[in-house]
Amino acid sequence: MSDIATSRRTNLHRFANPGRFQRTAGAVQPWLSAFTVLAFALGLPLALVFSPPDYQQGESVRIMYVHVPAAWVALFGYLFLAGSAFSLLVWRHPLAAVLGRAAAPVGAGFTFLALATGSLWGKPMWGTWWVWDARLTSVLVLLFLYLGYVALLHAFDDEQRGERAAAVLALVGVVNLPIIKFSVDWWNTLHQPASVLRLDGPTIDPSMLHPLLVMAIAYTALFFLVVLMRARAELLAARTRSRAGR
Amino acid sequence: MDGGALQGFLTMGGYGAFVWPAYGLSLLVLGGLLLAARQGLKRQERLSAEQERLKGRRR
Repeated sequence: MSDIATSRRTNLHRFANPGRFQRTAGAVQPWLSAFTVLAFALGLPLALVFSPPDYQQGESVRIMYVHVPAAWVALFGYLFLAGSAFSLLVWRHPLAAVLGRAAAPVGAGFTFLALATGSLWGKPMWGTWWVWDARLTSVLVLLFLYLGYVALLHAFDDEQRGERAAAVLALVGVVNLPIIKFSVDWWNTLHQPASVLRLDGPTIDPSMLHPLLVMAIAYTALFFLVVLMRARAELLAARTRSRAGR
Repeated sequence: MDGGALQGFLTMGGYGAFVWPAYGLSLLVLGGLLLAARQGLKRQERLSAEQERLKGRRR
């Protein structure tokens, strides 16, 4: 093996060490907390006061600043979950199961928020709380994938079997992600098409795009903060259990 | 902020019944996730410290 390959492997191995993860995570947490608070302190006034009302939707457009970031993080969180599932099944990475366990309920929370705030936006704009169209239904499926993952974790007496079964579900469920993203292009739907993540650039006005991006950063930071805290707790619990067993 | 502007802010141009619940629910769910994670971490730290203490006494 070449020197580069060897050193890369030892680097990866270093991050795989739960003890090192605990120390790094403990040091990062206060900074990440401060960053999250700051992002919300900047984003919320922008969203609620300093961004303009929409020329068609009026003030109801302010729901966008809590709806769209929740939906983005719901999708991103699933990618994170699938990544941890992949490294559990393929490399048996010691942190993979911990991160998956930590992330799944958080992702479910964000998905629920995307659905609920979407419903609160849909009622005044479309005249209905819910329609069984492609976008809404595929996001509901995303929520069930998250919940199914958590259910499978607890469905076996053997903890590792549960983790592997949940990881398989997470990987199969990845097929739902492009369906969600492109559902607004492939099918007729009440949901509006993408206005930010488009190949030809955003069509949304900067006065709304900037607050939206700040809120998206705040939501993403909060996702990582909560996952980090949950992973630290999981690792501590595992250490306490293994010591007690000795 | 004068009275009219404040009222406009609270009623959200007639959409207050949808905008405020959306923000309130977001606060509830995100705050809940954060608080639950913090409590869980504190609990495990307490259990771990307790275990250390008992182990030290046994020696």
